[in-house]
Amino acid sequence: MSAKAKKINGRAETILSIEDISLSFGGVQAIRNVSFNIKKREILAIIGPNGAGKTSMLNVINGFYHPQKGTITYKGEKCHDMRPHLAATQGIARTFQNVALFKGMSTLDNIMSGRALKMKQNVFWQMIYYGPAQKEELEHREFVERIIDFLEIQHIRRIPVGKLAYGLQKRVELGRALAAEPDLLLLDEPMAGMNSEEKEDMSRFVLDVNEELGTTIALIEHDMGVVMDLSDRIIVLNYGQKIADGTPDQVRNNAEVIDAYLGVKYD
Amino acid sequence: MTDGAACADTFPKLLLRNAEYLADRPAMREKEFGIWQTWTWSEVLDEVRAFALGLKKMGLKRGDSIAIIGDNRPRLYWTFLAAQSLGAVPVPVYQDAVADEMVYVLKHAKVSFVMAENQEQVDKILTVSDKVKAIKEIIFDDERGLKNYGHGHIRSFVAVREVGRAELKKNAKAGERWLAEIGKGKGSDTSVILYTSGTTGESKGVQLTNSRCIEAASDTVKFDKIDENEVALAYLPLAWVGDYYLNFAQGMVAGFCLACPESPETVQEDLREIGPTFYFAPPRVFETLLTQIQIRMEDAGRFKRWLYQTFIDVAQRHGEDILNGKPVPLAGRLQYALGEFLIYGPLKNRLGFSRIRFAYTAGEAIGPDLFQFYRSLGVNLKQLYGQTEAFLYVTAQPDGEIHADTVGPAVPGVEIRIADDGEVQFKSPGMFIGYFRDKKQTSETMTKDGFVKTGDAGVFDHDTGHLKIIDRAKDVGKINDGTLFAPKYIENKLKFFPYIREAVAYGDGRDFCAVMLNIDLVAVGNWAERNNIIYASYQELAAHTGVYKIIEQSVDEVNRSLADELELAGSQIHRFLILHKELDADDGELTRTQKVRRGFIADRYGPLVKALYDGSNHFKISTEVTYEDGRKGEIKGEVKIVDMTPHPAQHRKEAAE
Repeated sequence: MSAKAKKINGRAETILSIEDISLSFGGVQAIRNVSFNIKKREILAIIGPNGAGKTSMLNVINGFYHPQKGTITYKGEKCHDMRPHLAATQGIARTFQNVALFKGMSTLDNIMSGRALKMKQNVFWQMIYYGPAQKEELEHREFVERIIDFLEIQHIRRIPVGKLAYGLQKRVELGRALAAEPDLLLLDEPMAGMNSEEKEDMSRFVLDVNEELGTTIALIEHDMGVVMDLSDRIIVLNYGQKIADGTPDQVRNNAEVIDAYLGVKYD
Repeated sequence: MTDGAACADTFPKLLLRNAEYLADRPAMREKEFGIWQTWTWSEVLDEVRAFALGLKKMGLKRGDSIAIIGDNRPRLYWTFLAAQSLGAVPVPVYQDAVADEMVYVLKHAKVSFVMAENQEQVDKILTVSDKVKAIKEIIFDDERGLKNYGHGHIRSFVAVREVGRAELKKNAKAGERWLAEIGKGKGSDTSVILYTSGTTGESKGVQLTNSRCIEAASDTVKFDKIDENEVALAYLPLAWVGDYYLNFAQGMVAGFCLACPESPETVQEDLREIGPTFYFAPPRVFETLLTQIQIRMEDAGRFKRWLYQTFIDVAQRHGEDILNGKPVPLAGRLQYALGEFLIYGPLKNRLGFSRIRFAYTAGEAIGPDLFQFYRSLGVNLKQLYGQTEAFLYVTAQPDGEIHADTVGPAVPGVEIRIADDGEVQFKSPGMFIGYFRDKKQTSETMTKDGFVKTGDAGVFDHDTGHLKIIDRAKDVGKINDGTLFAPKYIENKLKFFPYIREAVAYGDGRDFCAVMLNIDLVAVGNWAERNNIIYASYQELAAHTGVYKIIEQSVDEVNRSLADELELAGSQIHRFLILHKELDADDGELTRTQKVRRGFIADRYGPLVKALYDGSNHFKISTEVTYEDGRKGEIKGEVKIVDMTPHPAQHRKEAAE
């Protein structure tokens, strides 16, 4: 167990806890009685075979889906289900499995759009632009520039996102999520479709976000090498049920996980 | 601002002079968070003083060496000055070298301090720290990701600078003592140790002294009339002599402003925003720019294409004459002026060349067409010839005496002679004092009467008296039928075609000339897109039949032009293949300055070279590749080999008739 993991478990301050959640679409039971929690400042990975309910789980957390049963407690507030706009204002941001950016807009504008909820001026002032809206825009721009610097995407600042390579689009999407200054960041397969160098870059960014900004991260990922290296804790889902929850070491030696997902013992 | 350079014989002394006379003029710019930040000369002095005092407190002393690893960042340049002010020797290291490559330099130079740009570089040093025990302290510029590294021997630039500032506050004498330390510096002290890129074998540490560097820089500052109003973009590798000369030394002597790009990927855009007044780039960069222009013109509408073509033709006819100040008919001048307004001006603006007074290229031969293209647009592009041992310049083309195939006469103060075996030798004001800790190599490179052997074969042109470089002396060979074989000459001819990125020619001691090629992924990729060819990787595109066809045309063109040359007609390319992977410095196939290492490639692809000569038409190969972090992977593929029909030699036929 790393020094950091010890610290997290020792403090054990929970940012989000999921209790006994069940979700079904008609007859299809996507999630069955799943409970777990996410601790402050940790990197939690959710893994499992296709159709295990991983993305559904993220969707429940940020309010896209509404579970039939169970409760979600976020920052101490208990509710039956989340709403996307509530999740966003309360500090949950996410990226998507299939990049969901504004393709025709530049990198800068896309990340700027992540600041939308932080803008205080009303439509009237924004239309006039000069005056308070301009001042506000400058502040936000500075913040966005810091993100651009952080993610090393200065060279694509003004390029429409649709023209960018996939790996870069993923990075821009992470940038937009960061623009909301989230406390909890949900990443849905941040490294899908990347080559090993891009994966390495992305892993570094995820670690840096976690360490430098102190953001709690929950991510879904299929690359076991990445998952084992990055995460402090791993949750394994299979057919909508949680079959394991523990440190990478515990998970990689868990017989049920090997059987359901890993296939062979992963070193 | 060249006066006074004579009395200041070290760079820190020049800094004091600049901070006095040019106090409020910009010395450095860097784009941070999307905005250009500026430091004046007096602000630079403040930074360097505080940082130097911090380094001193940490134990850096006269004679120590400090490695500098990273992209062009102001704080890295200040490290040069801070180290020199204490009498320590800066040793810049190529920032893209993998960790194991760095070990040799770090060990050989006996580095005890390291200034690293960021986490990536710090990590590299840490992975090899057990091999380089002499390293005592690591300092980093960019703090990102390094928060948790904070133990006593890894600190940020800011932390070290603050130590220096605290010292200045606490101790009134600290500033004076620093000045006294600078005063102790002598012109004959080693200013920097630059490691050569090592086209053959291990790299050598070239020692340059302060006064020689300053004298050489003062000469070229006069030659090109450089003053404090120039602006240059610092994007060349810190570890390369060109950056130390053109940007650092000339900048210190002339007092001009050095702008650091936001990141290596934004150089093109930063060029445009800064609008430098002088510019240096290897031929490859000019080639890439031209390829990009051509690709974008091919994608443009019909009217724009016509407009471009028409005025480029006008430029081809009159541009160079206008630039060289030769007589041009009035109609031609008017057409050119219109072209300047419609095409050349906007194009130069796009490339960041609007304010350029002169630009240099060196390192490899530049294609006459390429050279002429930029000159005809009104960009005063010139060639120079030099090497690290000379502190860059040996020759340079003066304004108005430009020829594509020569590198110009010796610059003021340089003596050149051609040895009996055809090797170029020189003596120059900036030349090195010897290789660091390598007396044997030093005595092999210097002649008894103090000339330096370049290892290049060259001749003086009969008409102009300018120097002409043929090839590396030891690379020139003979094909079995006795024809002269100059591999680089053939490779350069091939590389002038936009579709070909890299070429490696073989023929010495063999029956005919055969080449291995790399396609240019951008140019060929664009061609593929226009022709609806789908590909997933370099390897797949390189093996495509259609790609082989277009490359075959280019090779045929080269053969045709070789057939016209008396001595080289017999070295036409008989067979070629397109490699299944791009040649890469990480795999040791290129040097860090992007030159092919022919011998190494011949060993690595031995079976392919064999296949080139045994008549087979395809060959299965698997090759190990190294990723940036040093991990290894494997690429497998089948390579096709194409036979060419050589053209009849023009000269020989005429002679027979």
